[in-house]
This record gives sequence, structure tokens and C-alpha cells, in this order.
Amino acid sequence: MQFSESWLRALVNPPLSAEELCHLLTMAGLEVEECRPASADFSNVVVARILTAEKHPDADKLKLCSVDTGEHGVLQIVCGAPNAAAGLVVPCALVGAKLPGIEIKKAKVRGVESHGMLCSACELGLSEDHGGLLTMPTDAPIGQSVREYLNLDDNLITLKLTPNRADCLSLTGIAREVAALTGAALTLPAIEAVAAVHDETRAVVLDAPAACPRYCGRIVRGVNAKVPTPDWMKQRIERCGLRAISALVDVTNYVMLELGQPLHAFDDGELAGAIHVRYPKAGEQLLLLNEQTVTFTAQSNPSALIADEQKPLAMAGIMGGEHSGIADATTDLFLESAFFAPDAIAGKARALGFSSDASYRYERGVDFELQRRAIERATQLIVDICGGRPGPIVEAVAPEHLPQRSPVRLRLPRVARVLGIELGFDQIEKLVAGMGFAYERNGDDLIVTPPSYRFDIVIEEDLIEEIARIHGYDNIPAPPPTARCEMLPLPEAARGAMALRRLLAERGYHEVVNYSFVEAGWEADFCDNDKPVVLANPIASQMGVMRSSLIGGLVGTLVDNLKRQVERVRVFELGRCFRQDAQEQTGYHQPQRLAALAAGPALPEQWGTPTRATDFYDVKGDLEAIFAPHRLSFERIPGGHPALHPGRSARVLLDGAEIGVLGEIHPRWRQKYELATMGGGAVVFEFDLAPLLATPMPAYAEVSRFPAVVRDIALVLPLQCEVQALQAALAAAAPAYVREIRLFDVYQGKGIAPESKSLAFRVTMQDTQKTLADSDADTAIASLLKIAQERFGAQLRA
Amino acid sequence: MHDLEKLVTQATADFAAASELARLEDVKAAYLGKDGSLTALLKSLGKLPPDERKTAGAAINTAKGQIESALAARRDALKNAQLEAQLAAEALDVTLPGRGQARGSIHPVMRTLDRIEQLFRSIGFEVADGPEIETDWHNFTALNTPENHPARSMHDTFYLLDDQGKVREDVLLRTHTSPVQIRTMLAHVEKHKHLDTMPEIRVICPGRVYRVDSDATHSPMFHQVEGLWVGETVSFADLKGVVADFLRRFFESNDLKVRFRPSFFPFTEPSAEIDVAFMHGALEGRWLEIAGCGMVHPNVLRFGGIDPERYTGFAFGMGPDRLTMLRYGINDLRLFFDGDLRFLSQFQ
Repeated sequence: MQFSESWLRALVNPPLSAEELCHLLTMAGLEVEECRPASADFSNVVVARILTAEKHPDADKLKLCSVDTGEHGVLQIVCGAPNAAAGLVVPCALVGAKLPGIEIKKAKVRGVESHGMLCSACELGLSEDHGGLLTMPTDAPIGQSVREYLNLDDNLITLKLTPNRADCLSLTGIAREVAALTGAALTLPAIEAVAAVHDETRAVVLDAPAACPRYCGRIVRGVNAKVPTPDWMKQRIERCGLRAISALVDVTNYVMLELGQPLHAFDDGELAGAIHVRYPKAGEQLLLLNEQTVTFTAQSNPSALIADEQKPLAMAGIMGGEHSGIADATTDLFLESAFFAPDAIAGKARALGFSSDASYRYERGVDFELQRRAIERATQLIVDICGGRPGPIVEAVAPEHLPQRSPVRLRLPRVARVLGIELGFDQIEKLVAGMGFAYERNGDDLIVTPPSYRFDIVIEEDLIEEIARIHGYDNIPAPPPTARCEMLPLPEAARGAMALRRLLAERGYHEVVNYSFVEAGWEADFCDNDKPVVLANPIASQMGVMRSSLIGGLVGTLVDNLKRQVERVRVFELGRCFRQDAQEQTGYHQPQRLAALAAGPALPEQWGTPTRATDFYDVKGDLEAIFAPHRLSFERIPGGHPALHPGRSARVLLDGAEIGVLGEIHPRWRQKYELATMGGGAVVFEFDLAPLLATPMPAYAEVSRFPAVVRDIALVLPLQCEVQALQAALAAAAPAYVREIRLFDVYQGKGIAPESKSLAFRVTMQDTQKTLADSDADTAIASLLKIAQERFGAQLRA
Repeated sequence: MHDLEKLVTQATADFAAASELARLEDVKAAYLGKDGSLTALLKSLGKLPPDERKTAGAAINTAKGQIESALAARRDALKNAQLEAQLAAEALDVTLPGRGQARGSIHPVMRTLDRIEQLFRSIGFEVADGPEIETDWHNFTALNTPENHPARSMHDTFYLLDDQGKVREDVLLRTHTSPVQIRTMLAHVEKHKHLDTMPEIRVICPGRVYRVDSDATHSPMFHQVEGLWVGETVSFADLKGVVADFLRRFFESNDLKVRFRPSFFPFTEPSAEIDVAFMHGALEGRWLEIAGCGMVHPNVLRFGGIDPERYTGFAFGMGPDRLTMLRYGINDLRLFFDGDLRFLSQFQ
């Protein structure tokens, strides 16, 4: 809502500067979004009359004028404007005047002295019009400051109103608010009934009383639609951000801005019989004023129409129809001032793709007792400006459908409890009275009946908010609160997601946040998911489905960074994934997951360390480190994983349960996702977050005081033998004093049979009760060898 | 005696001439060895008359002592020189860079969320969580947002399709973290239903939220942190106290200006927008909108199973993306969701 400060000050004029006024409004919840001057800054420009305009003796296009500037005397001024002529009243910048961009000095123009400058609207920064001098009415007071005469010392203030404050969508509403906030006197224009001078009327029938519980109509005959709108009205309308169009339209807009009541004027000559407010019939059509044709269909919550006995005329409360609207030739008009229920209007214009000043106000709530006053005000202005003979007002009302204003009980202790400040009864009474609300005292309570223009005062809290607002949020203290001082639980066997983030960051991974909506293709390629969760209204087609895995996003991050010439990419993300699941309350399983991807060199390129591409085992090491001290086990994925290389991927198990996957991105995606330029593969892992957040309590085991015996054994095994199974079997077969069996070398090649590999283990033995004898060590090693030979076909390496 | 002095002088000179330890040992043998000149002198003592033997012996022993200490001194000197040479040879270019893994980084918005969590934990707030595909009931209805509220329209909210390709009206992508308020209240009430007085609820709920909006200052996905405190004596003054304290701690700026200005949200009443103004830096003196807040609307408490006559509460919702931008001077929201390592690696 944009308005003119000077118009507001005509209604209420507190002793505040424009800046203070804006601050007051903002801090009362009417946020001032912008406040700018109505005109550019200039000074020392007065209303002047050109007495004579002769040709300049030495220049064809210049004129030599003598100009009456009132108390500043008659001045000789050289002027280049084509329309300069004797008798015109124009702005004259005196010597010393400052205009946008220039300062006026006494000058000689082609040898003739010039004592000022006659100005165009453009030169004063009032418009783009530089076609000639700005001309003013011949009765304008000569010598008066142009700023004063044209009321240019005004500000255009734009409010960003919250949807509950429809009452402030008019100058009257804002003025009422300012009066309540400052105590300044409110002087609203007096509205008196305009007597009917004929008795012609149109019957009004409320066929849809829930949508339209009140409708006032009036015929005005014999108006002159062609007269120009008075400057004062035009200026006020334009300073509120509306275009001036024609006198009749301008009057309806003026009253809407002044009082908040949208009005509509029909050309009475186009109407046939009674006016009906009714719902549309299926298939009915209406061409709106914005040249949009609406075809109505049968629907559950239709828009109401204004119709006559033959045809629809307007969409009630939204927009008028093209054919029944007023034009320059209109002489008889039918004025409408109605109340349409907010529920009947809400969302209707938006559904058609536009918003109108009327629908904007109706859907938020127009004062339902304003219609008669507004039509009287408009009639008076029309008669004053366009002439015409008004008939009587026809008012149709369905009182049972008008909004109710139920009394609201306000308890003083409740005010103190909700706001945290003690306000006395007198103080609260004063605040309520200042808002103009009707109230009575009932013991310690106030019984408040909200006015018809407020749609947001229904419960006690609504009143408490009003009290806080008018009292001032700034005047409520902000002490540190007091509360019971109880410690929060801090389970040691759990860690937060932040701990994981730190671990991954320590190991070189950068955290990313990717969109939860992805390309459908990613779901197909990386998850084999042909039934992803689909968005009804995606922002772009490549953000059309909800992800069921974080892997696609990380591959996307890799691709983007390769394009940015970043070759070493280590990234992770922590976020939700989504799959349909009828078991869930929402119908979707939405686990938090953690995934990481590493590609490019295993270490940042550095001296003294040969550069090598990241491989499966590098990332496996990272994975084991973030899970430590949990021991993970790894298995080939039965049937493979769509995103991963079948020979270089594993499912990850913790205590026998699968908790995630690890593997190299499948080579088939290298081409499709433009990863071919990258040396080596990209390795990823992905996990449900929950198991990662459980971390076991440390378990103490006695530390031995006896010396350890260390033996190395090298086993030659078939190539396909998996270490994990062998190591588990060795551990199971070993006597209790075997502390650790650690793999320290894997070798294939010269000296080893083809299709075989050598695995070297370091076996550490130590007893807590005694020093181990050589024979103990021999026994242990023999038992390990036996298992390895019998179960895995191992041979001791020569 | 004169001869002995010459011998000591000679030996000292010979030791000094030996430039290596091995050579020094050879020189030592020439004086102190089995056939050394000093050994020979000692052996010759026996031939002296007994009255001279004592004096001569003492003189020779003195000379021997002098030669031995000259030898030890020379040996130390040579060893020191050798160590010095070794150390010099072992010297490194200490300015060469260290080796190993580079450090990664934590997303700047997560750093912010972590700070928010820690600050609120310090006054007894726990962290709560909720689904991102949310029911319409939790996201709107229970938050007192009526059927025809603009926030429900297709223009703001992401909806999902069912298996038949029809728009589901019962679920959506949550448009704010406020539905976690409802989930928290319902769970809390259920957990404590056997008690006469419900313990206070003090939670914050960080997470991703979604709105159909995308330009330089809006992302279709962004972050929010919801806060909720419900108890028997929680007031608007408490809300002001907590949020103002938080903002000053978060920005580590005691002179940060914080103001609360009336506003409107369906789920709070009274409602306020929170603005801050910095006293230093590029944004000095400008009021910046940072959060919305208010006293939980009685209808919302009722939807959460809580009697609004007995309990009151406040809630706030703020944008950690914006807090992060202000904290680090980041000027483009899109950087947060771009995965650009050149940007992210600045947050080590």
C-alpha cells in the first residue's frame, strides 16, 4: 500500500518528522518498505507570468521575455522553449535557484542579460516531459513557491502490510492507526447523505447471500464523463500509485483509497432489469476489463457474479466486465458499493493469474458497515465534479451472513502472563480506548467488542497483541529468562552428526549440501529406481524427483568441480533420502544418510610422495576410521549395485546387518557423466546415519606385564581367497594368548605361482599370567597353519 | 727435566697435527704405547740411582699426565668437529612444506547450525528433528494456517504426485521447520501424560525446508532453525531475552542492536519480526530482518495436545543461511548449494 504523506497529514497530523512517522509505523507492525520524496529537490522556483515574449535580437530560436515574479519583480529572461508566449503562467527559477543538476546564475545569452530561467517539467524533475515550459492555471498566485503551489514537499510511503491488517489498506485506516499510536486528533471528511432527485432504482437480489451479504446500488443520471479530474484528486490518486484515468473511474478509486471500500461504476444504459448477485452457470462467459475472457465451470467454491436479468456483468469483488463498464459517452451510471465475504474472494483472482485492488482488499476483509457511507461519498464527489442527478440508494442485506463481532474477554493477569510485564487496569483501558474499540468493564476483566473494520480480533491473544503493539514492543524488557537448572542427558555411547563431519573433514573431505530433488535419470542410473517420489510442481525438470540416494548428487558435484578444473575431489554430504513406504505416517521412508566420494590423487600433489590415484582401499580406510572402534565386515553385493563397479564394490555389515555400500563408480557412467577426463575412478560410500551415531563405550582388557612373542608367517593362497574369511578363521582357531594377527604384506608375481598370492601375517602372542615358552608359540603357529591349509588350501611360503 | 718439557710440547704439537681420530691414536702410540717414548723413559728409571729415581719418576709421571690430558682434549675436539660436520650435513630446508593429507571442510551453514545448537544447549535446549516430506496437517492445519491461506497455494509449496500421477493433497515438502513444533509437543505430552505437571519443552529444530522460489536471493531449498519453549511461565519478555542474547552471542557482538517489531504469522500471537543492526562493518547501521517469532498461538498449543490456559510458550524461526552470510560476509546464497570446492575449502 503506497500513500501520500500529505494526504495522511490532512487526516491526522502528529508532530513528527517524516522519518519519525515511518519509524512509528514500522514499529507498530505497519512496516514501511520505502519512503521517497514526491518530487526531485529544487529551490527558489516561483510561479511567474510571462508579460511579453519578443524574438531575441541575435538568435532565431531564443525569445526575450519579461516575466512578472510578484515580489521578486519583473525580470528579463532569455528563453529557448518553443511554447514561451505572453500570458502563460510558468515556473521561474530565480537567480540562485538550485535545480536537479544545475544552479541558476545571472548570465548573458548572445549579448543579452538573463535574470533566471523559465522551466519545463523535466527541468524540475517532475516528469520526462521536456517539450516546453510547464504551464500552470492562469489564476495561480504569482510569486508563490512552485513547491508550495504544486504541493511537492510530500513523501510517497509504501507499507508492507501483513495479511491481518486489511483495515490499513486506506488512508482512513492508516490515519486511525496513527491517531491511536500518537493521540493526535483524527479529522476524517464529513460524509453526508446526498438527497435523491429522482426515484429511479434497480432492484438488487442477493442470490448468493453468503458471498455477498450486503449490496448498495444507486443510479446517477446525466453525468458528464468527459470533464477532467481535478488536479488535487489526480495528484492524490497518483501519489498512491494508481493511474488517473477519467473523472468517474478516478472518483471510485479515490473513495477506495480514502475509505477502503472498492466501488464499481456500471454504464446504466447497458443494464437490463434487476441486479443479481449469483453464482455462474456452467459454460457462462465474461470478458473482463483486462481483456481476459473467463469461462465458468461447475466447481465446488465458485466465484460469484454480478449479473443483470440477461447476462453476467462483473466478477463480484474481483473485476468488472468490459461491456458494462463506463466510457466517455456514458451519461447514466449505476454505482455499486458492496461487501463480499473474504472466503468468497480468497484465491479467486490468483487462480486467474492476476490481482486487483478490489480483490486484494475483499479477500483480506473490507469493513462491512462502510458500504452506504462510501456510496454517499462517491455520489457527492461525482455530482461535484461531473454533475448528474442521483436517485435513491437501494440496499440489499442478508444480516445472517454478515460477519459477527463477538465480545472478547480480556483478563489482566493473562496480559501479564503472556507479555511478561505488569500493566495496570488504567493503562490497558487507555490503550483499548485509544484503538477505538468498544469495551465495558466486568470486574477485573474488559469485555471488548472489535469494530467492523477489524477482522483479526477474535480471541484474547488478539487483544493482547494489540495492547503490546500500541504499548510498543520496545517497551517490553528483554531480561535473561529464569528456568529450572537441570542438566541435559549426554549419552557417551552416542555421538552427534557434527562429530562425523569433523572426522571426515580431518580426512580431507569437504562437506556439500546438494538439492534433495534430482534428475529422474540419476535415480534410474545410480539406484535402479523407476518409481521415485515425483514432485507435482518442480522448479525445473532436472529437479523433478526426490532422491533416494546421495550418490547422484556427489557425482554431480564431482562433474561440476572437474569443469572448474579442480582435479582432486573429496566430498561428503549428510542429508535425507526418500522412498515410498506405506508403513510410514507420511507414506515415505526418509532416512538421514551419509555419503562420501573421493576421486583424483590419493594425496594432494606434494614433494617426496609419488602421486597415485585414489583407490578402493584408500576410501575403505577412511570408512573404517570413521566407524572405529566398530569392526565392519565387507561382502560382495549379490546381484551388484547399479552405481558401482561389480568387482570393486561391497556391502558393508555391522554385527551382521547391512548398513551401507562402498565401491568404485561403475565404468559405464564415466562416459555418460563426463568423467572420462579424470585419471582413475571415483570411489563412494553411502550409509544410513543412525548406525554411525552409535559408538561403543570403551571396553577395558588387562594389559600384560609379560613379554610378547612375535612370529611372522607367509601363506601362499589361491588368488580368489578373501582375506576377511581367512583372518576370521585364523582368529577363531588361535589360542587365547594370540593377541593379534595382522596382515602386513600382500604379494603377487615373481616367486609365486600364477593364480596365487602371498599373504604375510604378523602374529603377536602374549599371556597375562606367564612368560610364553617357544613351545607355546610353536603350538599356536601350527594351529593357524593347519586351519589355513585345511580350509583355504594355503601353503607356507618357501 | 728439560727433555721432558720438550717431550710434552712435542706430543701436544703432534696431537694437534692429527686431523682424524684414527691418526690421533697412532700418534698416541708413539708416546704412550708399549714402545712409546714416555714408556721408554719409565722403563729407564730402574737404571737410575735410588736417590734420583724418586724425583725423576715424579717428573715423568707429571709429563705423562700432561700428555694424556692433551690427548683427551684433542680427542674431544675432533669428536665435536665430527659431530658438527654430521649435523651440518643433516640440516634440512625447514621451509619445505609438510607432507600428508590435506584437511577438508565443514559446510559454512553447518558451522552456523552447530554454533546455534551449542548456544541453545547451554541454556537447556535439546535438538529435535522431523521429516521433510510432511503431512499437510502438521505443516499447515495444526499451525493454525487456514485452508485458503496464500502459503498453501501451489505457488509456494512443493507437492508430490501419487502412483497414478495425481497431486497428493495430504503431503508436501515442508515449507518451514515449524511442523517439528507439533511433533515435539505431541510426543512430549504423550511421554509425560502420567505427570501432574508437564516438564518444560525446550527444543530447537534445524533442517532443510522447501519453497517454490528461485532467484539470486531465494533458493528452492534452504535451511531453518525453529525454537520452541513451552512452560507454565514463559512470556514474550522471555522470548525477547533469549533471542536477543542468542544473537549477540552468535555474532560475538555486545553492541549488536536487536529490535522486535510487530508482525503476523498464523501460528504465533503476538508475533514479531526480529531485526538486527551491526555497529561496525559494511552493513553498519542498517536494520536487517533475521527471524520471525512470537508466542505460540493457543490453537497451535491445542493441536499439540497442550492446554493454553495452563501453559504458554514462544517459538521462533530463523534462517541459518542468512546468519551465515552475515557472519562471513558471503554475498550469494547460491554458493551454499553449488558444491564448489574453491568456496567450501575456505571453511576448514
